[in-house]
Amino acid sequence: MVPLFSAEGLSSLVFIFIVITTVLGAVIATHSVRLIRAVTGLAICFIGVAGIYYYLHSPFVALMEMLIYVGAVCVTIVFAVMLADPNPESETGKSSVFTGPLSFALGILFFWGLSALAGKTAWIQPSSRINDGSLEEVGRSLLTNYSMAFELISVVLLVAIIGALVLARGGRTRTGGES
Amino acid sequence: MSIPAFGDSLITYLIIAALLFGIGFYGLVHRRTLIGMLIAGELILAGASINFMAFNRFLAPDPTVGQVFTLFIMGIAAAEAAIALSIIIAVYRNYRTIDAEDVAELKG
Repeated sequence: MVPLFSAEGLSSLVFIFIVITTVLGAVIATHSVRLIRAVTGLAICFIGVAGIYYYLHSPFVALMEMLIYVGAVCVTIVFAVMLADPNPESETGKSSVFTGPLSFALGILFFWGLSALAGKTAWIQPSSRINDGSLEEVGRSLLTNYSMAFELISVVLLVAIIGALVLARGGRTRTGGES
Repeated sequence: MSIPAFGDSLITYLIIAALLFGIGFYGLVHRRTLIGMLIAGELILAGASINFMAFNRFLAPDPTVGQVFTLFIMGIAAAEAAIALSIIIAVYRNYRTIDAEDVAELKG
């Protein structure tokens, strides 16, 4: 417990606000009927996740979260919503046993199980740290220990972008040929 | 007045990650459209990333491993979103719907 009107207390208050933002964004992302509101909720949730990364002493990963998820992934999903033009009735029309209480029970089950597992386990503290986890150390380990994975993920991104172009374009020519 | 320091304990972050994972799993089963399922999948990936970052901050002897892994998760998630959205657009061009239950025949 820390006093409320101190630097630690204010930072704890901001942390609670960030957690509420994250959970509210996630609930909006899964519960809104219109998909464009779900994407907005996803963006709000990712802003909260970036704040959580900041509290985990990694401002670089927090910035990357804002840049990649909020700036790129959410905007891409907005483009897909615009191009595919889904009607909101398809979310609520037919209902089966999976979309009702069973999905809610599954979510509660996973949350409860993972939380109980995290609470019961005796986590072992490290005896010493070999570096301080700063941005310089992250860049050094990216170019020494993980350089192979770093190169491979750039190949994966290149192949994914070319594959996305091919897939989206193939559907267009086939429809044009039929009509 | 005093307030508990939530930001300094590992269990807080693990519970937040479990909550995001549970909400994402619920949305993955609950949603009917393919874009909704993709959004729920992104929530699951965010929960996994928070877990990695929490272990990196509190338990890892080398505090760069979790950050590097989270950056890789971001790259994979961006590639996955690009591929999945182009598949969704191709499905929409052929079927005129993105409801997961209407896309039920194999020959396109």
